[in-house]
Amino acid sequence: MAHKMPVPMSWNPVDKGALPVLLPFTPRGPAYDDFFATRWLASIPAFWFLALATLFPAMVMAQAGTAAIRTPLEKLFQWMPFLFTQGFLFNVLISVLAMAIGTAIGAFAGLALISRSRILRGVIRVYVTFFRNVPWLVLLFIVLLSFPFQLRIFGTVIPFPGWFKTVIGLALPVSANIAEVVRGAVQSVPTAQWEAAESLGFTRRQTIWQIILPQCFKRMLPPWMNWYAILTMSTPLCSLLGVGEIISLTRQAMEAEGNQPELLIPFYGFALLLFLAYCYPIARLTMRLERRFAVKN
Amino acid sequence: MTNWTADQPIVRLRDVHKSFGQVEVIRGISMDVMRGEVICIIGPSGSGKSTLIRCINALNDIQAGSIQVEGQEVHGPKLDKLALRRKVGMVFQQYNLFPHKTALQNVMMAPIKVLKEKPAEVEARARALLKKVRLEGKENQYPGELSGGQQQRVAIARSLAMQPDVMLFDEVTAALDPETVKEVLVTIKDLAAEGMTCILVTHEMGFAREVADHIYFTDRGIIVEHGPPAEFFTQARDPRTRAFLDQVL
Repeated sequence: MAHKMPVPMSWNPVDKGALPVLLPFTPRGPAYDDFFATRWLASIPAFWFLALATLFPAMVMAQAGTAAIRTPLEKLFQWMPFLFTQGFLFNVLISVLAMAIGTAIGAFAGLALISRSRILRGVIRVYVTFFRNVPWLVLLFIVLLSFPFQLRIFGTVIPFPGWFKTVIGLALPVSANIAEVVRGAVQSVPTAQWEAAESLGFTRRQTIWQIILPQCFKRMLPPWMNWYAILTMSTPLCSLLGVGEIISLTRQAMEAEGNQPELLIPFYGFALLLFLAYCYPIARLTMRLERRFAVKN
Repeated sequence: MTNWTADQPIVRLRDVHKSFGQVEVIRGISMDVMRGEVICIIGPSGSGKSTLIRCINALNDIQAGSIQVEGQEVHGPKLDKLALRRKVGMVFQQYNLFPHKTALQNVMMAPIKVLKEKPAEVEARARALLKKVRLEGKENQYPGELSGGQQQRVAIARSLAMQPDVMLFDEVTAALDPETVKEVLVTIKDLAAEGMTCILVTHEMGFAREVADHIYFTDRGIIVEHGPPAEFFTQARDPRTRAFLDQVL
């Protein structure tokens, strides 16, 4: 009565190389962490940018002179110097200032996160968690609307223009992230280093500044540069607050040219390419340093 | 207690107790170390040897008892940590050199930054110390470029640069390749011969027998047995000591 069960020929786990039950879960693709954007940018081959940089003017030249009406690319070509010098360099300025302020605050906040004072640690932990996790645009609006337009210190009036408020608004989330970078780097130094310093009579402050921080400077560099790239890519947010950076100027240039829909891709595409081209070398260097420092300490 | 004189024990432990949370690792240890003596503490792992010498220079605190170095109470509210660290040098199992500094800078750093001595004087002393631990020519190498034995000798020189009165060695050869163990032991032997007070936690029984003036055997947080090496290695009375010696000798 017992039938021999025929083994289905189509299913043979051995042919597939391994038993499915024993396969570990391996997520595909790059990890989704702070380095996500930088890793992607760094993975683009350099010749793409070279090709674009040479193709773009070539396309304009090819179209030029054939008709009385200027093509969208020709229009863009005339605006390019203005958009770059008045617009993009302003974005760079905003990013550099925001990074400088964010790094200065972040360095102290990071050290406060490893302070021996529980109260200080707690306060700064709230600051860091808050500013790391709130939307940047909302922060920018709050800073813009709540800060005065000028400061009066000992009788002298210091103007506080809108663009500088956006610098502050961007520096806040950057400082919170840099604080985490500093804390992580300090805590990655083996505790034995602290003990060795202590046994030689170094105070805690001397240990941090002369022994621990010099060791983790190299480790902090890649994530610091990563945050600079992220910050730079976020500066167009300032256009929503009326700051005359590249996106605001691009919009104005398109309006001056009659606002045709066919201008959209070339004009905004140019702005996009500027950001990618500016951040590209930073991303490449960041990932190279990250790889170099990842294994050694 | 400040009227300590050199004929009294330089390190004096009385009924020291130390716990990590619920785990009591030292359960009442007393010990006298005289100036110029070489003391070896041996015993199975987990018996509290390393913890004990870490308590002597206040890297660990204690729950009860008393530790005095040159008459100064180590675990008291009036402890001057800097004064203690000048008196007591420590060398670790994992060397713990500062990786971003050269061998010479590692040796010079503490006297300049902590003791505020003149860099030129410290440098001369540091070079002499590196020569003494047979590392002439390695002054400008970084720890990563040195072998384990060389790093450990830099660590010894770094401790000596503070001109301590007592040196603590915490299993300083345990992380080394067998062929480099000897160069470190020779360095320690030189120190002992010069009259430096040394307290060593070690697994090198041959070395302990050769250089120690006194050997302490610890197990489960207490001193089971102690004595001069000649007696200790041949006439151990306690069964735990004998079992341990049978295993390691």
